[in-house]
Amino acid sequence: MDFLRPASWQEALAAKAEYPTAVPIAGGTDLMVEINFDHRRPDALLDLNRITELREWETGRQTVRLGASVPYSRIMEHLRAELPGLAQAAHTVASPQIRNRGGVGGNLGTASPAGDAHPALLASGARIEAVSVRGTRMIDVDDFYLGVKRNALAPDELIRAVHLPKATGPQAFAKVGTRNAMVIAVCAFGLALHPDRRTVRTGIGSAAPTPVRARVAEDFLTAALADGGHWDSGRPPAPSVAAEFARLVAGAANPIDDVRGTAAYRRHALGVLARRTLGWTWQAYREQDRSPACA
Amino acid sequence: MRVTLTVNGRRHQADDVWEGESLLYVLRERLGLPGSKNACEQGECGSCTVRLDDVPVCSCLVAAGQAQDRDVVTVEGLADPGTGLAPVQQAFLDAGAVQCGFCTPGLLVATDDLLRHCPQPTDADIREALSGNLCRCTGYEKILDAVRLAAARSGETAGER
Repeated sequence: MDFLRPASWQEALAAKAEYPTAVPIAGGTDLMVEINFDHRRPDALLDLNRITELREWETGRQTVRLGASVPYSRIMEHLRAELPGLAQAAHTVASPQIRNRGGVGGNLGTASPAGDAHPALLASGARIEAVSVRGTRMIDVDDFYLGVKRNALAPDELIRAVHLPKATGPQAFAKVGTRNAMVIAVCAFGLALHPDRRTVRTGIGSAAPTPVRARVAEDFLTAALADGGHWDSGRPPAPSVAAEFARLVAGAANPIDDVRGTAAYRRHALGVLARRTLGWTWQAYREQDRSPACA
Repeated sequence: MRVTLTVNGRRHQADDVWEGESLLYVLRERLGLPGSKNACEQGECGSCTVRLDDVPVCSCLVAAGQAQDRDVVTVEGLADPGTGLAPVQQAFLDAGAVQCGFCTPGLLVATDDLLRHCPQPTDADIREALSGNLCRCTGYEKILDAVRLAAARSGETAGER
């Protein structure tokens, strides 16, 4: 095994071009488990820890460019206002020790359907900045996940950053597990309200071969909120609307039975999470974005 | 490969390190520092917790080469050789928070880090800070007592000054 330690981003790209089978390692919280258990023996490790810009973020007028290795603990501390859905998801990742090392780039690189960041990335409409010596391309998160632990990166590409629109409305993330810490999701759900466009977006985790959006549920809720004048009135959608949204979210999943839960349980739980996150985000929308005196 | 790093303030060098080896293995097997414990090797149990550049991490999930030129503090670095056990260590003993002891080094490093950042933690703060450390003996109550005791004692010391 080789251990490559590029000192700069340019060196890292050159190394990935020269050794396309080299496996990038940043936080190591997925990869080292596989190596420790001898499930994987890469030809080479490409250590990204010396590349400081991967641990930095830039907040623009409408977007946050989040370095691939910004640890979850930093996202929780510093980006709660701009990226509330991702910050909530970050808080549910494993434990403090893991959150101090792991970041969104690793979640995307591993592309496990259970990765905690994915529902928030899908719900907010993230784009992934994939870079190689050939150049930079922006990959829409909707096009990034190709299969179980397969993503759209080319062998010579590395993830430089994730570009997330700054939240224009409330966002929520919820996850089902057997305890509150150190748990892999049985299923997870992210919901983002986008009042500027009067739309909603969703993300489902751990309940299909890849993280997926519940597009039919999004379209239904977007139309129901518009038809009922809810964005202007602030009135919560009727229980029947929330129930139908929940039913459509559950229907968008394609789960399996496994050690963590049955497919039927995952569908049921997703419906519950969808209804709850709708309630939370709408309550926050009423409280934050509207004058309480206008009723 | 050769890995050079600072552990508990001392410069160390390890030779013939395998590229897939963890920092935990280097500490225990190459540098003679067996305080950090090897239990799950997958970041679940926290027994191998060390501070890496002042941030608590699972040393089993840090590749040895990633520790090159970096600063590591292990449980061996908590006690002051001049004055004996660190207050956190004494509090764990006094509160009966040590049973088999295997999880204790990781809990001590995690607790030490908590009290550095949050000298008077609430119970919720303590549970959150220790959520990555598993103990199969104590049922955690004595551990929570120990953290509260360490915090209270450091508060008293601060008050006397």
